[in-house]
Amino acid sequence: MNALPCTIYVSFLGAVLALVAGMRSPGTARWVALLSALLAWGIALSAAVNFVPGPGLETIVNHPWIPSMGIRYHLAVDGISLTLIILTGIAATAGILFSWNIEERAGEFFALFLALIGGVYGVFLSADAFTLFVFYEIAIVPKYFLIAIWGSTNREYGAMKLVLYSFAGSALVLAGLLWAYAAAGAHSFGLHDLATAATHFSHSQQLGMFALVFLGFAVLAGMFPFHTWAPTGHVAAPTAASMLLAGVVMKLGAYGCLRVAMTIFPTGLAFWQPTIACLAIIGIIYAGLVALVQDDFKFVIGYSSVSHMGFVLLGLAAANAQAVSGAVLQMFSHGVVAGLLFAVVGRMVYERTHTRQLADLRAMPLHRLLPFAAAVFVVAGLASMGMPGFSGFPAELTILIGTWKTSPLWATFAAAGVLVAAAFTLRVIQVSFFGSASIADGRKAAPAHPLPPITLAEKAGALVLVASTVLIGLKPDLLLDWINPALQSPLFQAVLKGGKP
Amino acid sequence: MNLDYAGLFHALRPETSLVVGALIILGLDLSIFRRHTPVERLNLALWIGALAVLAAAAHVWFAPEGPVFGGVLILDKLAMATRLGVLGLTLLTFGVASAAPAPRNPAEQVAIILFATTGFLLMAAAQQLLLAFLALELASLSLYVLAGFDKTRPESAEAALKYFLFGGMAAAFLLFGFSLIYGLTGSIELPQIAGQLFHVTLSPLLVVALVMVLVAFGFKAAAAPFHLWAPDVYEGAPTSSAALIASASKLAGFTLFARLFWREFGAVAGSVSSAHGEPGWLPAVAVIAAVSMLIGNFGALAQSNVRRLLAYSAIAHAGNLLLGVIAAGDAGPAPFYYYAATYGLATVGAFGVIAVAERAGPCQKITDLAGLHRRSPLLAGCLAVFVLSLAGIPPLAGFFGKFTVFSAALQMGGLAGPAGWLAMLAIALSALALYYYLVILKQALVAKPAPDAAPIAVPAIAKLALVLAAGLIVLFGVNPSLLLGLF
Repeated sequence: MNALPCTIYVSFLGAVLALVAGMRSPGTARWVALLSALLAWGIALSAAVNFVPGPGLETIVNHPWIPSMGIRYHLAVDGISLTLIILTGIAATAGILFSWNIEERAGEFFALFLALIGGVYGVFLSADAFTLFVFYEIAIVPKYFLIAIWGSTNREYGAMKLVLYSFAGSALVLAGLLWAYAAAGAHSFGLHDLATAATHFSHSQQLGMFALVFLGFAVLAGMFPFHTWAPTGHVAAPTAASMLLAGVVMKLGAYGCLRVAMTIFPTGLAFWQPTIACLAIIGIIYAGLVALVQDDFKFVIGYSSVSHMGFVLLGLAAANAQAVSGAVLQMFSHGVVAGLLFAVVGRMVYERTHTRQLADLRAMPLHRLLPFAAAVFVVAGLASMGMPGFSGFPAELTILIGTWKTSPLWATFAAAGVLVAAAFTLRVIQVSFFGSASIADGRKAAPAHPLPPITLAEKAGALVLVASTVLIGLKPDLLLDWINPALQSPLFQAVLKGGKP
Repeated sequence: MNLDYAGLFHALRPETSLVVGALIILGLDLSIFRRHTPVERLNLALWIGALAVLAAAAHVWFAPEGPVFGGVLILDKLAMATRLGVLGLTLLTFGVASAAPAPRNPAEQVAIILFATTGFLLMAAAQQLLLAFLALELASLSLYVLAGFDKTRPESAEAALKYFLFGGMAAAFLLFGFSLIYGLTGSIELPQIAGQLFHVTLSPLLVVALVMVLVAFGFKAAAAPFHLWAPDVYEGAPTSSAALIASASKLAGFTLFARLFWREFGAVAGSVSSAHGEPGWLPAVAVIAAVSMLIGNFGALAQSNVRRLLAYSAIAHAGNLLLGVIAAGDAGPAPFYYYAATYGLATVGAFGVIAVAERAGPCQKITDLAGLHRRSPLLAGCLAVFVLSLAGIPPLAGFFGKFTVFSAALQMGGLAGPAGWLAMLAIALSALALYYYLVILKQALVAKPAPDAAPIAVPAIAKLALVLAAGLIVLFGVNPSLLLGLF
């Protein structure tokens, strides 16, 4: 268990090494990055093998960091964070495999990529709000450069918008946390200590602090109406960055909502619950409908991410054991599936056909030109729709059942969102891969050159992701057995008991 | 008063080292090195100057604590920390100066920097109005000269003139305020004044005196609405002078400001920790801080000149620093000291990068930095550290500076009073600030270089200074206790 912090250090060290290696050749940087990501993932998996699920956070490291302010470098793990750490390992490895073709400034690319990953691991491992916030911000800035330097469509705009939204969100979090810290007498930033202190806060203080912290994190989780950074950012980002953004960075937001906002201020949650649920449902349906009418392949996936993250937020808002465990499962599932979708769109299709316009793609018989990509996309699409056998099914089903227990009305609306998701996914599968060449008039017909074949790295990356979603789809208990005990901890029990609408 | 001249001499050894160093530099330059090239003379002067600064730092480190010369100077922890900080920033300024083209009178430039530093050291420890004024003026007059040191460019002269006119006006305000205080209390010693003011209420005359002093410090600190000189001076002054004005001078100035106001006017501070605060100077400072944050951040958004942008960012940071001074009453000087020192590091570094980049062509517009990552990866990396630290991104020191100042302000009473809301405003504006900082980094790290842009060779000393500054920013950011432990 004690090796888990090494995921952070390995990633940061890998970032430095990749930067140095990049000065020699892009190839060296790639291998350094891949090995670091694999090593970190391996550490996470080996820790998972020995993991004994239990209630509460299991402390791994706990050193005083800034004693005069009561700040500690406190890393701890429970089933929820472990689930997301495994997800980070998968997403990081797959992301590097799908950016194997980066030639320009490769060292810097992988350095920023791994720095982001290190920050993400750090967030999932932190049990001190200050530590968590520091890692959270470390994960924000590399995104700007990843998108602005290696991105595509409208990249500088997309990158700036994304980073400003994220940073504005984190400013809200900082404001809320500092307020709570000061009100608690400035003794400690430990999540547990803050939660204990918060029970003595006045009702209005709790409501205000919860609103600041939750909203700040929810911006990054893509909560409607603060989701607009997500589609533009995803579209502008290079493939690996889109995979990370949708795969793990949006999870940072949701994880922050759960781990920080909800556990520290359960009273605040009880008050804001209907609002959050309402926004989550609007997000599910609205983003789904918007995805239905997009002309750009990547925008469809971008909006679908917002829609699926709406389920996570809804699960959190429903605040009972089943809904919350479903939300965590959905975080994992969406992380894998969104990664897969972006990999197909951004890397396999766009970098070969150089178009993402659905009308253009429709004119190409892509299922014949790129059969592997078509197969993977169909699998990913099915998983995304929530077909049984893939991870999306148990996740969304658990959320819906859990939500029904809190409010049948919410569950009904959310279930409508599942239909919308099926509609836009099927449409995009049909139009992009199984279009017919007969409607090609005036459009880019079949490309003049044969498309380059799918590389080994892409196949490996796709395989990792498909295997993950199928494995969890067939045996969700693998993760639920970690998640459910974690929800028995006193902190989460306060959330689950206080959370009646 | 117990006049202990031996003790005074003992306590003034750091200042003596600097002055002696400056005199040696001037003497050698006039005699032996007269016929050498300006670059050689500059380098020699810088080496001697660096030795003098190091000697001063050693004296500061080993100086005993306590009042000196009957309480004219006070050598407490804040004084020591500020002195060390000022000396470190001066050393880095030398690194900046070594990268800039040598002026016609290189030795004089270094000597005047040393004189200014002497003023800063005295400001850090002054506990008597007259000495405070003299120290401030020694520093200011040196800075006026430094701002106009580049005689080949009219902008430099313009900067010096503007700085001098505004600064001279501020000095007049300050002296007027001091004289009123002397009239009111019959003393120029801070402890005695504080004792006298403890019994008086906020009389109109005292209000006038407070306002005068506040205005003067507002000018010196480039806090809005007294900030108008800053963009022009940052733009026109030679890079090393701008670096000194933006860093060491800020640190010493805010220390003096905090000491003067809390030590002397602590009784009439008023309150900003609850909604119905008492009147005093705190509410006024809070207003100045809020206006500085707003004008600085929104002004910076519109800049296309990188130096003017840094000037507006300095105004915004001055607002945050004033918040730190407000909070110093409860939380002690550690938060604002940490903020000022690390802000100084980042600013010196940023100006250092500009100075080096200027060797290969003009570096005024933000777009002049385009493609810096190609032209010099080291420079681009260092600039990223400095700018992100100014923006307050962890794990860099600028983040913890903001964090500790805002948390100190919020501890004054949560959101019940203006201090808490000021902290909230500052946090909100820091999100805005990231935009203009990223605009700089976008040019440096993302944009492609102009077709005719040559690679930039970084001189060894400048490289050392920049890497040192960047390293310190990371070190202090990861382990803030290193600086906080000074208190």
